[in-house]
Amino acid sequence: MSQVRLTVNGKTVADDVPPRLSLADFLRERRNLTGTHLGCEHGVCGACTVLVDGEPARSCLMLAVACDGREVQTVEGLDKDRIATALREAFKQHHGLQCGFCTPGMLITARDLISRNVATSEREIRKGLSGNICRCTGYTNIVTAIGHAAKALAGGGGE
Amino acid sequence: MKAGAFDYVRPQSLAEAIQLRGGGRDTQLMAGGQSLVAMMNLRVAQPELVIDIGRLSELRTVSETGADVSLGACVTHAAIEDGRITDPSRGLMPRVASGLAYRAIRTRGTIGGSLALADPAAEWPTVLSALDAQVALRGSGGARALPCRDFVVGTYETRLVADEIVESIRVPKLSAAARWGYLKFCRKSGEFASSIVAVVRDPQRRYARAVLGAANGAPLVLVRTSELLAGAAQREVLETAIAADLDAAKDRRFDDFQRSLHAVIAQRAVQQALA
Repeated sequence: MSQVRLTVNGKTVADDVPPRLSLADFLRERRNLTGTHLGCEHGVCGACTVLVDGEPARSCLMLAVACDGREVQTVEGLDKDRIATALREAFKQHHGLQCGFCTPGMLITARDLISRNVATSEREIRKGLSGNICRCTGYTNIVTAIGHAAKALAGGGGE
Repeated sequence: MKAGAFDYVRPQSLAEAIQLRGGGRDTQLMAGGQSLVAMMNLRVAQPELVIDIGRLSELRTVSETGADVSLGACVTHAAIEDGRITDPSRGLMPRVASGLAYRAIRTRGTIGGSLALADPAAEWPTVLSALDAQVALRGSGGARALPCRDFVVGTYETRLVADEIVESIRVPKLSAAARWGYLKFCRKSGEFASSIVAVVRDPQRRYARAVLGAANGAPLVLVRTSELLAGAAQREVLETAIAADLDAAKDRRFDDFQRSLHAVIAQRAVQQALA
């Protein structure tokens, strides 16, 4: 067991964890933050994407013990976030999800694309989303939703 | 799947990391962990002790001289992509970084980790060979430097010995007249490549090299092609040279598809560098 102290969605948490515990399992099983989904567990599907020190990261490829002192944000921690709010609205408007399994990772990834200003065209959005797998939608509505959210945030009214 | 049980330690200095590495246990170094943790989750890697070197400031520094830029082994792909470090390569390294896996991997994965793992289909071993970079290694026996071209010797095989750790990578600065070509072929963006070719041509430094990655082993320097690129070669002559270089690499056992794919990717990368 190793002592770990980190910030999760703005709250400082301390715990004893076995080194083999991934950040994803730490969030889901120790913090009850089940919005972070686990698909492939080897970094390919993108469902477990969270923010670590403000940057997107695969929580299945991070050890909880290695997150000591870091700041983690999950989809649950983005309730009041300006970009995430616009994205949630756009996903609803444009039917950007079906089963919802990939959605937390999609939202975190899309938020990062918009914040780095690399969601300005369909091509850019599709490239930016290439590390997030969706087995329902065929991506079209997700890409449309992100494009609209990006425009709305840039002051274009979303249309 | 989940990783098996292991012990974890985060040393406070490179010297401590080297000591732990030589401590007689089955250890793995973890920089960004983006390959290692995946391999541990799949139980392909089952180390007894994981030594987390990702936060060592000694491995995150970047320094510059008139002739080159030295990148600490734990500089992330994202830092290179974003131009947060001085670029010696006139755009080649940021281009490579921006197409490497996915952003959520690039924020944590490191250039030194990628080089030390030596996956045949990874970008950096090929690109750093083409740039004629040097890799600096440190172990209990002292420090030494090797050309990246000689560092990787096979699939997941390097010239690292005993307790040695990749410390930094020194990349020569390209001159203003230098041109490069870079092409990576994969069926889905972000995937490991089926073929990668990096070409660097710097007439002012009398330097040219074309290197093929995903080549069933270590990156393959296309020797004849590189020699011709140093001069002003015709397109048809270069195509013949590429074919000859691929045919000479009998030990790689390319199948018909690989042979043809590598030839096309190499021709296109060479043309980029000549444009």
